[in-house]
Amino acid sequence: MTIHQLSIFLENTTGTLIQVLRHLKEAKVQLVSTTIADTAEYGILRIICSEPLRACEELKKAGVAVALSDVFALQIDNNPGAAADVVELFSRAGIGLTYIYTFLLRNKGILVFRTDKPELTAKTIEDNHLPTISEEELTV
Amino acid sequence: MEYSPYYNPELETMPRKELERLQLERLQHTVRHCMNAEFYRKKFAELGITPDDIKSLDDVRRLPFTTKEDLRENYPFGLACVPMRDCTRLHSSSGTTGNPTVVLHTKKDLDEWATAVARCLWMVGSRPEDVFQNSAGYGMFTAGLGFQYGAEAVGMLTVPAAAGNTTRQIKFIRDFGTTVLHAIPSYASRIYEVMREEGVDPRRDTKLRVLCIGAEPHSEEQRQRIEENLGVKAYNSYGISEMMGPGVAFECPQQNGLHIWEDYFIVEIIDPVTLEPLPDGELGELVLTTINREAMPLLRYRTRDLTRILPGECSCGRCHRRLARLQGRSDDMIILKGVNIFPIQIEKTLLKFRELATDYLITLETKEEGDTMTIDVELAADFSTDDFKALLALEKNVTRLLKDEILITPKIHLVPKGTLTVSDEKKAVRVKDLRKLF
Repeated sequence: MTIHQLSIFLENTTGTLIQVLRHLKEAKVQLVSTTIADTAEYGILRIICSEPLRACEELKKAGVAVALSDVFALQIDNNPGAAADVVELFSRAGIGLTYIYTFLLRNKGILVFRTDKPELTAKTIEDNHLPTISEEELTV
Repeated sequence: MEYSPYYNPELETMPRKELERLQLERLQHTVRHCMNAEFYRKKFAELGITPDDIKSLDDVRRLPFTTKEDLRENYPFGLACVPMRDCTRLHSSSGTTGNPTVVLHTKKDLDEWATAVARCLWMVGSRPEDVFQNSAGYGMFTAGLGFQYGAEAVGMLTVPAAAGNTTRQIKFIRDFGTTVLHAIPSYASRIYEVMREEGVDPRRDTKLRVLCIGAEPHSEEQRQRIEENLGVKAYNSYGISEMMGPGVAFECPQQNGLHIWEDYFIVEIIDPVTLEPLPDGELGELVLTTINREAMPLLRYRTRDLTRILPGECSCGRCHRRLARLQGRSDDMIILKGVNIFPIQIEKTLLKFRELATDYLITLETKEEGDTMTIDVELAADFSTDDFKALLALEKNVTRLLKDEILITPKIHLVPKGTLTVSDEKKAVRVKDLRKLF
C-alpha cells in the first residue's frame, strides 16, 4: 500500500537540482515522478524512481542528504472528480494530508500522498477497497 | 607505579606568598636583563623609568607594553637580550601582513619550555608508560617541537606524526597504542570522521584516553562532542608563540579553567581600549610578562587574546591561577548594532543542535533595514527530512537560542552538508564582513 520515496533537502539556488539528477543518471536510476516543494530558500525534492533503496545508497555515497520515506500510492480512474472522491473519504475520517501530488501512468491517475494518521489511512484504504499500486508496477 | 599528581610538586603547589616573592625576584632580574636590548633601553628612557623603579609586583604596570608590531618592526633580532652565540633555536610565525615575528631561545629557555609543557601533560594524567602522538605541524609551528620536547621530558614514547594524512594518523594510533593525542580541535573532529568512514570504533579499536586540544578557540560544547565521539577526556591547551608556544596555560583534571604558570609569567587582564588593568573575574585582553626567559624576554606583551581570570582556588591544589576558556582574539570580535559578539558564542549555540554539523559561516551585510547577520550552517550528514515543518521548526529554534545568546536576531540559513567544506590544513574562515563602513 505504501511505496518508497526519496526526499532531498536542497538549497533554492541554481545548480543544486542538476547535481542530484546527475548522480541518479550515473546510477542508471529511472525517474517515475518528481516534485519540488519550495520556500524562498529551501526546497525538498521528492522522487519516485526505480530501485529506490539502491538510489538512496548511491546518493548517500555521493554526500547528498537524502531521506527515504514511505508514502501512500493509489490508482484512480482518469475521470473528472476521481481524486475528489478519494480525498473526500480521508477528509471524512478526520485524516489530514501533509502533501499530495499526482501523475498519469498508462492512462491511470496515480495519487501519491502522506498523511498525519498513517494507520487510520491504511485502514480507510482497506475498508474502502481503494486500488493501490506497488513499486514494481510503477516502474514496469 | 605510584606517581605524584604534580610534575614539579614544589613549584606547582607553593603558598601564594612564596610564589609572589619568586615572581618579584624574577621580574626584577628580567627587567635588568632587558637593558641589554636597545629596544627596551629606548622605551625605558621615554617613560623615564629605570629597572630600580620595580620594587613590587604592582610596579609591573609602570613597564611599557610590547606588541606584535614591535616584534615586526624590530625583525629579526632587535629584541634579543643575549649574544647570538648563546641562542640555540629560532621560531617564527607566518607574516601574513609585513614581516613575520621571530622568537629566540637559549638552551635554558628550551629546557624551561619543555618543563612547562611536561607539567601540562603530567597534569592531565600523562605518565612515562603512555604513548604520545603529536599531530601538530612541525617546523616553525611551535606546537610541533613544543609538545615533542615536553612529552619526552615526561618520558613518554613520543610519535612525531605531524599534521595531515589522517588515514596514517589513525593507523599509528592503532598500531603504536597511542594513549595521549595532541591535535587542534577541528582536526580531532576530522580524525573522528575518517575513523567512522573506515569503520574504526575509537573505544573498541584504540587505546586513546587523553586528548590535548588547543590553537583554535573552541566552545565547551565542541569539547564535549569530541570527548563523546572519541571516548577520551579532552583538555584545553593555551599557547602563544611569542611566549614560547604551548605550555603557557593548560586545564587540570577539573576541566574548569586553564592554570597559567605564574612562575613563568606575570599575568594581567586589561581593558583593550583604555589599557587599564581589570580585576580578577572581568573579561579583557591577556597581557603577559615573561620572567624566566633569557634570549628574548617580553615585557607586558599584548596577546590580543580575550579571557578572564577565574577567582578562587582550584581543588587540584595548584597555586597558579586559572584563565577562563579563551573567548577568541580581540581582533575577531564582531560589533553589530552596538553589540559585541564573538563567533565562539554562536558556535557553542549551534552545537547544541544534533541536527547541525560543525561548520558555519557568519556573514555581515549592510541592507536597507541596517546591518544584518546571516549564519549559514550545515545540516548534519545523517540528517535529512521529508518534512518542511521540521526544517522550519529547527530554523526557528536555532534563531531563538542564538538571540538569547547574542542579543540580536540573526537570519539562519540551513545548507546541505558539504556546502561549507573546510580543508584539513587551514584554520576555518568563520566570518565574512561585507558591511559598508562609513
